[in-house]
Amino acid sequence: MDLHHTPTAAVQTYSPELRALLFGYTLQLADTSLILGHRLSEWCGHGPILEQDLAMANIALDLIGETRSLYQYAAELEGKGHSEDDLAYLREAVDYKNPLLVELPNGDFGDTVMRQFLFDGFHLFLLKELQNSPDPGLAAIAAKSFKEASYHLKWSSEWIIRLGDGTEESKRRIQKALANLWRYSGELYTMTQTEQQLAQSEFIPDYATLQPQWDAHVARVFAEATLEVPQNVFMQQGGKTGRHTEHLGYLLTELQYLQRAYPGLEW
Amino acid sequence: MTAEENIWKLLEEVSDPEIPVLSILDLGVLKKVQVQENGKVQVTITPTYSGCPAMNTIAADIKLKLLAEGYPDVAVNLQLSPAWTTDWLTPEGKRKLEDYGIAPPVEPEGDIHALFGRDTVVRCPLCTSENTKLISQFGSTSCKAHYQCENCLEPFDYFKCLK
Repeated sequence: MDLHHTPTAAVQTYSPELRALLFGYTLQLADTSLILGHRLSEWCGHGPILEQDLAMANIALDLIGETRSLYQYAAELEGKGHSEDDLAYLREAVDYKNPLLVELPNGDFGDTVMRQFLFDGFHLFLLKELQNSPDPGLAAIAAKSFKEASYHLKWSSEWIIRLGDGTEESKRRIQKALANLWRYSGELYTMTQTEQQLAQSEFIPDYATLQPQWDAHVARVFAEATLEVPQNVFMQQGGKTGRHTEHLGYLLTELQYLQRAYPGLEW
Repeated sequence: MTAEENIWKLLEEVSDPEIPVLSILDLGVLKKVQVQENGKVQVTITPTYSGCPAMNTIAADIKLKLLAEGYPDVAVNLQLSPAWTTDWLTPEGKRKLEDYGIAPPVEPEGDIHALFGRDTVVRCPLCTSENTKLISQFGSTSCKAHYQCENCLEPFDYFKCLK
């Protein structure tokens, strides 16, 4: 289907260095929403109840919609004639730059909700600022996805509270999910060189300015959910520089199967 | 009537495949029509939600409609900015939605400031009772939430606000 975004004229005026930085960053955002969207889509048909099955499929759809815009824009910044599909389906695990958190397996519903909650806050507050980027491509995608992401954070926040301040069983499971996943939250805010350079030239926000909003929201929800945040945790990282957990390879095997088995296949 | 005005008029007959009572004009999805000197038509549409799978169908329907009306060379472009909002639903569109059994959007409950705010009062499109409850913020499509009427007990879709 030849339905494409209107090209962003400003890209033509950028220096090769700036284009390369924006390409790397846009790709990283795209990888992140693709991998999390794919993970959520694995719940389709397996949700605990129909409404939540639909909720996760809907959030997955929003994330994959955002992914498509980002990959199309990344391809435009790269300027090598690649398509969104080339970028999504024909790169190796080490080329993916998503943070580790989003590639972790779904686990039980509590694990999925916790992973989503930790990400949603980061995602929403980042998109909110990114709408003001001087780069019109990123600003437009952020403005579009920001509106959708506010529903995501609302959904995951409500579930954290319901499960945390719920039954003995739900409390035990969601507390365990928090204990397991908290160590992956730090990487969201650890800036790569690309991110630092773009923040210095004010194309993207400095993540240090985003974190207090996230901290405040997360603390408020955990307090209401009667959950305890793990203390003095060593924060894992690596995904944003291409060093992934073993889980990503398996995920990509499934995600990329069709294009690997039948190169160039189109619907 | 210029060729562009004619095309706008023709495209009133292209509907949303998920909500066939709404035209793409009612929805506020059709943004721009341009006829170039060589006769090529450029149509610009904007997605309601980023992942809305109806966009491809809408683009194909636009091309088919214009082909049938004597415009063989049509390109459909997607424009993200400014981002679509439920404010662009025309009053006519909102009325058609309610008649069709889908409650039209009422206020920005998805707003970041309303994360834990009170629930929106949504009127049941079937019996008009305001005694309704939210079942899930996510419904049968990206743009809808799932509600139930406590008066007539019917479940219904609510076209949720996006601002």
